[in-house]
Amino acid sequence: MSEWTMSGALNRALYDALSEDPRVLVFGEDVGRSGGVFRVTDGLQDEYGERRVFDTPVSEAGIAGAAVGLCFAGWRPVVEMQFDAFSYPAIEQVVDHVAKMRMRVRGRVDIPITIRIPSFGGIKGKEHHGESPETYYAHTAGLKVVAPSSALDAYRLLRLAIADPDPVIVLEPKARYWSKESGELPADGPGIGEARVLRDGKDVTLVAYGAMVTRVLDAATVLSANGVSARVVDLRSLAPMDDEVLARCARETGRVVVVHEAPRSLGLGAEVAARVMELAFDHLQAPVGRVTGWDVPYPPAALEQHYLPSVERICDAALAAVSY
Amino acid sequence: VSHVPEPGPGTEPVRILSPDGQAVGDADVGLEPDDLRELLRWMIIARRLDRECIALQRQGELTVYPGFEGQEAAQVGSAWALGADDFVWPTFRELAAALVRGVDAVQYLQYHRGTWHGGPYDPRATRFGPICIPIATQIPHAAGYALGQKLDATDAVTLAYFGDGSTSEGDFHEAANLAGVWDLPLVLFCQNNGWAISVPTSRQTAGEIWRRAEGYGFPGVRVDGNDVLAVYVVTTTALDRARRGEGPTLIEAMTYRIGAHSTADDPSRYREDSDVEHARRADPIARFRTWLLESGHADQAFVSACSEEADTFAMDVREGVIATPAPPVEWMFDWLYAAPGSAFERQREEALG
Repeated sequence: MSEWTMSGALNRALYDALSEDPRVLVFGEDVGRSGGVFRVTDGLQDEYGERRVFDTPVSEAGIAGAAVGLCFAGWRPVVEMQFDAFSYPAIEQVVDHVAKMRMRVRGRVDIPITIRIPSFGGIKGKEHHGESPETYYAHTAGLKVVAPSSALDAYRLLRLAIADPDPVIVLEPKARYWSKESGELPADGPGIGEARVLRDGKDVTLVAYGAMVTRVLDAATVLSANGVSARVVDLRSLAPMDDEVLARCARETGRVVVVHEAPRSLGLGAEVAARVMELAFDHLQAPVGRVTGWDVPYPPAALEQHYLPSVERICDAALAAVSY
Repeated sequence: VSHVPEPGPGTEPVRILSPDGQAVGDADVGLEPDDLRELLRWMIIARRLDRECIALQRQGELTVYPGFEGQEAAQVGSAWALGADDFVWPTFRELAAALVRGVDAVQYLQYHRGTWHGGPYDPRATRFGPICIPIATQIPHAAGYALGQKLDATDAVTLAYFGDGSTSEGDFHEAANLAGVWDLPLVLFCQNNGWAISVPTSRQTAGEIWRRAEGYGFPGVRVDGNDVLAVYVVTTTALDRARRGEGPTLIEAMTYRIGAHSTADDPSRYREDSDVEHARRADPIARFRTWLLESGHADQAFVSACSEEADTFAMDVREGVIATPAPPVEWMFDWLYAAPGSAFERQREEALG
C-alpha cells in the first residue's frame, strides 16, 4: 500500500505514459528543469530527455497550435497551461482547431492532445489563479473534459486522457495537489464518461467534481449525524457526462443537489439539473439544488471562503431538498 | 474615404524579371525549360480557374469565394519549389498552390461549395493542410508540424502561407518565436497583397514585414511576389537552408490583390480603380510569358495550348463542383470524435430520426 499526493500521482501518470508510448511528448511553461510550478512534471526531463520533455516560451496559443501540428506528424502531445486563466490566450486554438480538427479533416488525422490545466480556487491564489473554466471547454463540441478529485483517480484519468484518441482537457484541482490517498495506482476502473458513487445514501444525491468532492463528502458526514443519508457522486468526466449514474441516483434518492465552484449562471450545475429533469422527472421529489460560486469574478484570498461552497451551504441545500 | 497605400521608398525586393518581362537578374535559376513552361502553365490554369470560381459563386454554385488574381506567381513559384515530402499549411486563398501540390480542385472546392468545412481532401496524402480561415492560426500548426519533422529527423520541411494582415495577429508572433527558439525547418511565406479586406498594409503595420525576422533570430527576405522566378529562387534557398538544419526563414512576397477580398466584398468602397490598373501593369503572368517567349523557352503555340487546357480544366472543375451533392446528414456527427460518448450517440440518432 503506497501513499500518493495528487501531484505525485499525476507525475507518475506522465512518467508511465512517456515510458509506454515513445510518441508521447510533454511540454509547456516551466515543465522541464523546474518540474512545473506544482511539480507535476518533476524529474521527467531528467528521465526522458529534452527531446520529449521540454520548456516552451510563454506562449499558450503557440503551445496549443503546435500540438495540433504535432498530431499531423504522428505525435501525442501532453501540454500544460500553467494556470486556469492562463489557458485563455489559447482559447482560439482550442475551440477552432483542437476541438474541430478531426472533423475538419474527416477523421483522417486523430487529435490525441491532452491539455492539463491546474484549476479552481481554494489556495489563496493571486488574481487569475482561481478560475473554474470548465464550462468554456465542456460547451465546446469535440473536446472531452475531466476533473479528478483524488490522487488515485487523478492517475487513472490522466492515463485515460493521454491514451484517448480525442482531445481531453484535464482540470486538476490545485487545492488537492498535496492531499494524500493510500492505495495502488489503478490499472483499470471507470473510463472517461463515467461517474463514481463515492458514498452510498438514500435520501439525497450530492453531485460534485474536483476539489468540491472532498467538501461534499464532509457535508455528507455532517448530514449523516443529523439523520440524513446522502449519496455522493464524483462526476469525474464533465464532457461526456454520465447520464446513467445521474438518472439512477436521481430515481433512487428523488433529490439531487449539485455543487461547483464556478459561478452559478450557465454553470455545469445547470446541465446536471437539466439532465436530471429530462431523465428522472417523475421520480423527483424536490427541485434540483445548486450550491455554487456566485456570479462574480473569483475573489481575493481574504474573501474566497465567502465565495466557495461551504459545508454549511451544502448541508442547507441538502436539508432543503429533503424537507421540500 | 479612400486610403491609398503610399508606395514609399521601402526595401527593393529580390527581382529577376522586370515588370515588362526583361531579365534584370540571373534568370538561370536551375530549372529546365520543361519546368519553366510548367510554371507558366499552372499560372494560366490557376487564373482561369479562379475566374471560373467567381462565376460559379455568382451563379449560386459556390458560397463566398476568395479570389487570388494577381498572386499566381507568389503561389505557383513557392509551391513549385517544395519537395514531395514537404508539408504546406495554407490560408483560404491558396488554391493555386493547392493545384501545384496536386490537390484535386473539385475536392478542394467542396469547402467553398459549402459541403464541408476544413480539408475535404486528404491533408496527409497531399501534404497540404486544411484550409484555414481564422487569421494566422495555421502558423502555429506549421511550427508544430516542423517540430515533429525535426524530432523525427526527417529531411522534409514545412511551409506556412499567410497574408500581411496575419502578421498583426498574436499567432504569427508566437509561431515565429517558436520557430526561432526551436530552430525549426520552417519557411514562413507571407503574401503581402496590399490589403486585409479594406485595410492597406500601411495601416496594418508601420514596419516592413520581412525585417521582423531579425527580431526572431533568423533571416528575412523581401521578394517581388509577381516575379515567379524570383519567388522560386528565394523559396528554394529558404527550403534548402531549413533542410540543412539551419532553421527558419521569413519571406515577404510583395504582390497585389487585383480582385475583391472575397465575392462578398466591394473594393470600390475603399480603393480607386486607378490603383488596380496600376497594379495590373505588374501582372505576373504577362511578365513571365514575355520573358519565356523572348528567351525562346516557349512559343506562342505553347501559350495557346495552355489557355485551351485551362478552359477545359475549368469546365471539368465546374462540372465536378455542380455535381457535388450535400454530404449525408450523419457526417455532421461521424468525424467529430474517434471515441464518442453514449449521450452523443443518442443525439446522433435523434438528429437522424
